[in-house]
Amino acid sequence: MTTKAITVSGLHKSFGRTHALDGLDLTVEAGEVHGFLGPNGAGKSTTIRVLLGLLRADSGAAQLLGKDPWHDAVELHRHLAYVPGDVELWPGLTGGEAIDLLSRLRGGADKRRRDELTERFGLDPTKKGRAYSKGNRQKVAIVAALASDAELLLLDEPTSGLDPLMEVVFQDVILEAKAAGRTVLLSSHILAQVEKLADRVSIIRLGRTVQSGSLSELRHLTRTTIEAETDRPAAGLDRLPGVHSVEVTAEGAGGRVRFAVDGGHLDTAVRELAGFGVRSLISHPPTLEELMLRHYGDELAANRHGDTGGTHTRGGAR
Amino acid sequence: MSAATTATRAPAPARAVTAAGVLAGTRTLIAFGLRRDRVRLPVWILALFLCTLSTVGNYRTLYAGPEDRASVAATMDSPAGLAMTGPRHYLDAYGFGAMTGHQMLGFMAVLVALMSILTVTRHTRDEEETNRAELVRSTVVGRHAHLAAALSVAVLANLVLALLLAVGLGAMGLGAGGSLLYGASHAAVGIVFACVAAVTAQITAQTRGASGTALAVVGLAYVLRAAGDAGGDDALSWLSPIGWVQRTYVYVDDRWWPLLLCLVLAVLCAGAGFVLSTRRDVGAGLRAPRTGSPVASGALTRPLGFALRLHRSMLAGFGAGVFLMGAMYGSILGQADEMLKDIDPIQEALRKTGGTMAESFASMVMVVLAVVASVYVVMAALRPRSEENAGRAEPLLATGLSRARWAGSHLAVALAGGTLLLLLAGLGIGVAGAASAGDSGLVLSLTGAALAYAPALWVTTGVAAVLFGWLPRAAQAAWAVPVYAFVAGYLGPLLRFPGWTKNVSPFGHVPQLPSAGMNWTPSAVLTLVAAGLLWLGLEGFRRRDLECK
Repeated sequence: MTTKAITVSGLHKSFGRTHALDGLDLTVEAGEVHGFLGPNGAGKSTTIRVLLGLLRADSGAAQLLGKDPWHDAVELHRHLAYVPGDVELWPGLTGGEAIDLLSRLRGGADKRRRDELTERFGLDPTKKGRAYSKGNRQKVAIVAALASDAELLLLDEPTSGLDPLMEVVFQDVILEAKAAGRTVLLSSHILAQVEKLADRVSIIRLGRTVQSGSLSELRHLTRTTIEAETDRPAAGLDRLPGVHSVEVTAEGAGGRVRFAVDGGHLDTAVRELAGFGVRSLISHPPTLEELMLRHYGDELAANRHGDTGGTHTRGGAR
Repeated sequence: MSAATTATRAPAPARAVTAAGVLAGTRTLIAFGLRRDRVRLPVWILALFLCTLSTVGNYRTLYAGPEDRASVAATMDSPAGLAMTGPRHYLDAYGFGAMTGHQMLGFMAVLVALMSILTVTRHTRDEEETNRAELVRSTVVGRHAHLAAALSVAVLANLVLALLLAVGLGAMGLGAGGSLLYGASHAAVGIVFACVAAVTAQITAQTRGASGTALAVVGLAYVLRAAGDAGGDDALSWLSPIGWVQRTYVYVDDRWWPLLLCLVLAVLCAGAGFVLSTRRDVGAGLRAPRTGSPVASGALTRPLGFALRLHRSMLAGFGAGVFLMGAMYGSILGQADEMLKDIDPIQEALRKTGGTMAESFASMVMVVLAVVASVYVVMAALRPRSEENAGRAEPLLATGLSRARWAGSHLAVALAGGTLLLLLAGLGIGVAGAASAGDSGLVLSLTGAALAYAPALWVTTGVAAVLFGWLPRAAQAAWAVPVYAFVAGYLGPLLRFPGWTKNVSPFGHVPQLPSAGMNWTPSAVLTLVAAGLLWLGLEGFRRRDLECK
């Protein structure tokens, strides 16, 4: 086995005039949980479908477990499991039947594990496909994928429609899969989910990889917003390194402060804040949308106004 | 309209709601329905209208002299001729009008019924199945508005068609009074089946089931009248709405009163539809959804077993349908020779061509049964496409299942299922025919005659496979095969189409057993062509992108 589970370089794929992938690069090490981040329409689903051999790339190279995803599709599928972001089930089949069907076509599943997962996700396997809600359809695909002993899991926004409780169960299950040495490619547009699970992250936009690395390497990209009420007006915070857009308002003897701080400088900023007597504190984790806007907003603006050469059309896959 | 009268009968929870309340928004929904169907319905109506006009034009050129018309009346005067047209009474004065009423009305009734059924289910059950009805019903829209609007759109379409036919045929000089009745007969039969669909749309939660059940009623109505007319047993024909409109004896006696029967049945069905719709929840059928097995059986998890599971209910429905159709035709087989043995010129003609009257009747029935089987075959062979469209192919093809095995298992079900339908149809006509004619040899010979169409069904499967593999967005074009087979095989002889038109269809090459002898060459060639098409289709599918949602 190679140490790279997935290597993709310079991948292109067009649907008519829409460029869904525009030279995408992606490397996933064996045994890691890799976050695959990007806004809607960035090309995440298209990439995963190329990796599954469901779509054929126009150009570029892609390798999965050392094999070609288009030519060795069936052979590769025995070693991987897939959860689509929008699961469609057969109206006349029960959820349990769909789970068994998918797992046995993949080459068999551990029955005890299947029952245990069904239990943990609170899924009723006797209901017919048409009777399931969106979240329950999603659970069917998650159970089918994780009950298998696939070495590679391709998860395309797997928790869309799951409630927060089930989201927690999902995170536990993924961490167990990681502990068992499996490789996970987790596509998402929720940064918080990826932060909890991923070792490394790739951020894509408009079909191209814009940032890739470990979470600590990307730490400078994450900027937390802090809002606090203090006993005394918090002065001088804007002199600290990594602190941005400080707004202080006086309120009687005390005051309110709002500022943004880079992930690496959070500790210093909070210590400094504590000196003013903190009465209440709210911190907003950075959202991917903010991140994308701040780091790539100039590019977006350029694309919107003058044509900078490439004719990108957003959209494509979902 | 019936909608307003039945709405007041809604049960307890509706007591506080006024009749106007349960119909709130109907007018908007009618306008919306017409907007959605602004292409579809005009195409249907124009096609039906032009088909009628060109046929009448054809009669004028083909049967110009009275002796031509007398001779076609004589050929029609056989069980086969009567089964595919209408009651014998028309033959007494076989002018252009009588020919139109006799030959066209029964056939057009089926198409008008199809248009009406699809319109009603599209605007009712399909809206619910796709959850669009839920969104609409959350606005100021009454409980009965959807059904009332759907029926109104269907009634409107039928009335427009009736008016066009009355004016068009009147302008061709067929007589104003008769033409008005001819148009009204179309509207009557269309409205009856629109109301039948209003009932079936309440029973099952799926559009496919709703329109399928209504179409089965149309098939039953057609077979009842065919058996009644061919066997000279009027009582059977009087059980069928298609039989009713044919018994207006339009252009012969111009009786209007049979249309009253249609009106009564339509009102009863519509009423039943409105009442039933209050006995269920939005989106649900009348039967409560059942739970099922929490684990899959061993057979289900194999590709072929899984495909069979998806196809089995449709296959069972078609199987029962073709068996009954065959049996119905078979039951009048014995009378065929009986009825005609006194008519010497026909016996003379038959002796020349070989075969008996019963055999030529059986050969004609085989074409009909094979076309019905081919409808199933196209639905089955296009199943992979609908699975792909619905996003259900994607998770399966991400497992260890290859594309060829997945699509191949569906195609295998289509190939074997179509053959099974022929076997059942042949057994139906064979067993019933053997009983009615007192000739046990018919069981084998008629079953064999039906099975002779198997290679044509395989070619049909192949055509669907090629379209699926190479032109997936045009896959529905596979419907052209059964439609063409029907037009060329059924109407061709009536309208004397040139010989090559028959040869374009795979069904045109099948030896017409039992009246003609068996010829293995075309069967072998068709089988090879089918194999080639299937291979080509799978090869195309292997090379193309899967269409994902």
